[in-house]
Amino acid sequence: MSYLIGLLLLLIAFLWQLTLEGFQRKVTARVQRRVGPPWYQTFIDIFKAFSKSSISHGFIYDFGVIMALGGTMATVIFMPFAGIVAFDGLDTFFVIIYLLAIGSLGMAMSAVGSGNPWASIGVMRALTQMLGYELPFMIVVFGMIHVYGTSSISAIAEMQAGGFLDWHLFRMPLGAIVAFISVMGMLAKKPYDTPIAPAEIASGPLVEYGGKHIGMLMLQHEFAVFIEVGLFVHLFLGGGGIVAYIIKYAAVYLFATIISAVLGRFKVEQVVFNYYKVPLILAIIQTAIVIFTGLGVKIWL
Amino acid sequence: MAMNDDFNELNINDGDLNDSLNLWDKIKNIMRSKSIWMLHYCTGCGAIELPPTMTSRFDMERIGMAPMATPRQADVLLITGYLSVKTLRRVIYTYEQMMDPKYVVGFGSCTLNGGIYYDSYATINKLDYYMPVDLYIAGCMPRPEAVMNGFKKLMNMIKAGEANGWKRYQNHYEDYYKPNQIRSLGEVRVKDEFHE
Repeated sequence: MSYLIGLLLLLIAFLWQLTLEGFQRKVTARVQRRVGPPWYQTFIDIFKAFSKSSISHGFIYDFGVIMALGGTMATVIFMPFAGIVAFDGLDTFFVIIYLLAIGSLGMAMSAVGSGNPWASIGVMRALTQMLGYELPFMIVVFGMIHVYGTSSISAIAEMQAGGFLDWHLFRMPLGAIVAFISVMGMLAKKPYDTPIAPAEIASGPLVEYGGKHIGMLMLQHEFAVFIEVGLFVHLFLGGGGIVAYIIKYAAVYLFATIISAVLGRFKVEQVVFNYYKVPLILAIIQTAIVIFTGLGVKIWL
Repeated sequence: MAMNDDFNELNINDGDLNDSLNLWDKIKNIMRSKSIWMLHYCTGCGAIELPPTMTSRFDMERIGMAPMATPRQADVLLITGYLSVKTLRRVIYTYEQMMDPKYVVGFGSCTLNGGIYYDSYATINKLDYYMPVDLYIAGCMPRPEAVMNGFKKLMNMIKAGEANGWKRYQNHYEDYYKPNQIRSLGEVRVKDEFHE
């Protein structure tokens, strides 16, 4: 039964995230006063990418792509979606963060295996950027885990049940701001799209991929977005039933899109300095408030 | 070029490339026609017509076209203007790096018959001698309206299974394209700087 629910989660992630990706392209187009593609454009793109031929640069190149897609799909199975949990008790924050790294590492391995210098530069930038956004995000989430005594994502979401004033967005506003900026970095949205800069380093790690390989990596990216936005919705907006969850998810993702539609791109050292200056300090302040005063957890309204 | 007289005038268009398509091939052709990722090789003045075609004024993305960064990811190669002999070598490398259902669009009269540079010693006259061009867009240079019109025509050709220049390149590489390339370039040598 658990495996069937896991497959159901994969199907939901595929349909929902690809549809929302189409809407996201539409929203970007409207911000720039264009018409934009139809909402099902991403489905067509992925189908077409899988229908093309592709070449190999060796075993590592092929294996890394499959490892990235497989690792990310395995993470989707552990990610709760609107109260649907495949493996009860295993939907902890640590499992998800640990498995999510397999996707990034597989992609890094495969990109370096292609032997293209742009790919090496892109992977270097991606890992540097990961160093930047993980630290503030982890500090906030570890503070939350410390005061609740559990790292289960659905349990933390249940703590925020009730009115919308019980959401961590209002209980821990500084932490929510830090986490949103970190999620922007995880999604590689515009100010933080340094690793895949198309005009600068020819799309970075993706430079040698064509045909079926790029189809698999597009799918991997969509599943990773599903996990990262889902983490934010569960930890700070309180999860919820199917309708509430979908609305919250779309709101978070489209808000990030609107911000990214009007901004330029940071250099990689600007990304790290940007994360280590304000968000890191805010994260430490928020965690100190939560741990030492209990404001937002024990003392609330 | 001066050597245009002794090109090998093989009629390569009479071969039957329109294989019978089954239902699955037809679905694939429809999907390929609706999602075209392009690589623009900006050699000549056609490069300046592409930004208005891509951005808000004419908005290429509404018919499913998007610019891509590298030849591996792209489906269609746009040759936007005249080609000197030196850039022809790079264009051939770029074309051969692309993945297999791949299409070439030639912009303007320079790729058709040499344009105003027809008697130059440094440019090639007819692109079709060196790589299979699926569609030419007339003009000097074509305005964005003409470019969009040409892309719609390319989409209809892909949907009908008529844009099969890549099959022609595979079938006639040894007897047509490679001798022509060698005649103009001297030699076709792939220089792999990274692995040397």
